[in-house]
Amino acid sequence: MSGTQNESGAIGAKGGQTAGSSAGLADPNHPENSDPVDHRAPLILGAPTFHAITEVVARPLERKPTRGWWICFLTSVAMVGVLGVSIAWLFWEGIGVWGLNNPVGWAFDITNFVFWVGIGHAGTLISAILFLFRQKWRTSINRSAEAMTLFAVMCALIFPGIHIGRPWVAYWMFPIPNQMAMWPQFRSPLMWDVFAVSIYGSVSALFWFVGLVPDLATIRDRSTGLRRKIFGALALGWRGSMRHWQHYEKAYLILAGLATPLVLSVHSIVSMDFATSQLPGWHTTIFPPYFVAGAIFSGFAMVVTLMVITRKAFGLEEIITMKHFDYMAKIMLVTGMMVGYAYGLEFFIAWFSGSAYELFTFKNRAFGPYAWAYWTMVSCNVLSPQLFWFKKVRGSLVWLFVLSIFVNIGMWFERFVIIVTSLHRDFLPSSWFYFRPTLFDVSTMIGSFGLFFMMFCLFVRFLPVVATAEVKTVLPQAAAHPPQAPVIQFDEQGGRDATDGRFGLAPGGAA
Amino acid sequence: MGLLRPSLPPGKSFGALAEFADPAELYHACEAVRDAGYTKWDAHTPFPVHGLDRAMGLKPSRLPWVVLVMALGGALAGIGLQGWVSTTAYPLVISGKPFFSWPAFVPVTFELSILGGALGAVFGMFAMNQLPTLYHPLFGKTSFERASDDGFFLSIESWDPKFDPDRTVELLRQLGAKEVELVHS
Repeated sequence: MSGTQNESGAIGAKGGQTAGSSAGLADPNHPENSDPVDHRAPLILGAPTFHAITEVVARPLERKPTRGWWICFLTSVAMVGVLGVSIAWLFWEGIGVWGLNNPVGWAFDITNFVFWVGIGHAGTLISAILFLFRQKWRTSINRSAEAMTLFAVMCALIFPGIHIGRPWVAYWMFPIPNQMAMWPQFRSPLMWDVFAVSIYGSVSALFWFVGLVPDLATIRDRSTGLRRKIFGALALGWRGSMRHWQHYEKAYLILAGLATPLVLSVHSIVSMDFATSQLPGWHTTIFPPYFVAGAIFSGFAMVVTLMVITRKAFGLEEIITMKHFDYMAKIMLVTGMMVGYAYGLEFFIAWFSGSAYELFTFKNRAFGPYAWAYWTMVSCNVLSPQLFWFKKVRGSLVWLFVLSIFVNIGMWFERFVIIVTSLHRDFLPSSWFYFRPTLFDVSTMIGSFGLFFMMFCLFVRFLPVVATAEVKTVLPQAAAHPPQAPVIQFDEQGGRDATDGRFGLAPGGAA
Repeated sequence: MGLLRPSLPPGKSFGALAEFADPAELYHACEAVRDAGYTKWDAHTPFPVHGLDRAMGLKPSRLPWVVLVMALGGALAGIGLQGWVSTTAYPLVISGKPFFSWPAFVPVTFELSILGGALGAVFGMFAMNQLPTLYHPLFGKTSFERASDDGFFLSIESWDPKFDPDRTVELLRQLGAKEVELVHS
């Protein structure tokens, strides 16, 4: 699975006929294959027909799951079992089962929460922000990245729910009338967070479902019996009507426009949980942009991790191409350097502020008892992505996979470092303490990964992993006016008339 | 009209269904059908064909107005909820700030206006499209299953004032349809 070579032929072979002549069509540099308007290499390789796209995406859903799928699924179900047991024990015994102490009242729980919310951000970036920027390559990966967002938000929402160990009072977080006649305190960022994350989850789910409807109709039309009924109900009776598509496209554009400020606000608000406090190490104005960049960084790493596997398992080599990985690696490089800049700037501000407490906190972060965590974070997040400068690394799936894991680890540690190193040295040295995770800290974290991977396994098994209706629009034959290089013709008056060839009736001329 | 029941022409005949080879053929056919003065007709494609709405002469979607109203509603709900809670239902002095300390209410107001707008966009879109509508006469045609795969269809409904079983079919044939058939409800 290494290397850039295995790029040819599979869609054409699976989907039957390919459009056009066969020789050299898989070669992206072949002139017939480049986009005739901007002469870029095509996004989807192998010059597939519309039907071939449907086939390659829908077929895995229609055959029995492979052994590899069962292994992944059952492993992750076992991990969900671990999560369930850990949470049950937490509720039974109280949060003493975790390694929390005074002054470290937040550790793995909130680290996991911030980590998972951040993971989700790449999905929204791909589905909304890249849509607004007209980045057509997003169509190959947006469905699975949005699914990832949803599952990451699910994992994230567990932790605020359980971290006080009293889930039966979780409703205190919501503005609902209660028997105590008490209401939440809306000047607290923790309250903003409740709204931001839950609305983020809801809007992501809506956006994802809207994108799914045409593809659910595709699956419906290919199936029979009960399956047809289920997908028929989910597809809401979608019939590809242009009158529907018109509202649909408008809704999609508006959702992208709404999700873009939403996603930027979510991690900004998460960062304000820390930044509005007066704790040195948290009380920093750079937090909102720093958190958003980090979220996109970690999210893209997770997309790469998942896509390397999914692409291989489902034979999507021609839809999710090496070009997609190249772009994602570049985004990781950029956002990785943004977080690197933020790490550096925090030290500068700590020195520049002239505050002894600030300076102590940051010196302690890099050279104190948690220096191991700090330098793990720096090497994973700042140093390892530098390898993406090399084209060879961006073109190798093995490198991409390994580096994406490094970034995942590094970004988890970033949150750990921010939370725990700032807390463990209180203002009074008599309160200093060292946080050590217990078995249940670790098992809850592993369990949340299990939940994430279990949901993703179910997703790839039962729903189309690629937005086929969107991928079809980026095929060259999708245009109603086949794009050709403009033919400039001169009429008798010497004026120029640009035609696109198809409607090439130059005034008075033959076409 | 309405949930689960499509708005259909009265009587047995639904209309004519024509299949075209590719998006470009369908595009030209749509322009011709529009220019011929038909009003109750539709195109069916596996993906949104760029510019087809103009070829069909469709008016721009009015969905943005729904979204605007819903987003403003969300914002009003947000500021209203927080203002009422903080001044009337449970007034608390926090760091000496006034009860109605509106700058602190901006994030939640913003999030709720996004939620309102998104709900408006999704459910407004489904309502304008009269979805869900699980039954439709076109679903009875086997060939129509390809409308969600690689088929490009044009349907003209029988209650269109210009509809005539023979002449409409003839028009669609002339426009280069691969296949034309009459559909019954």
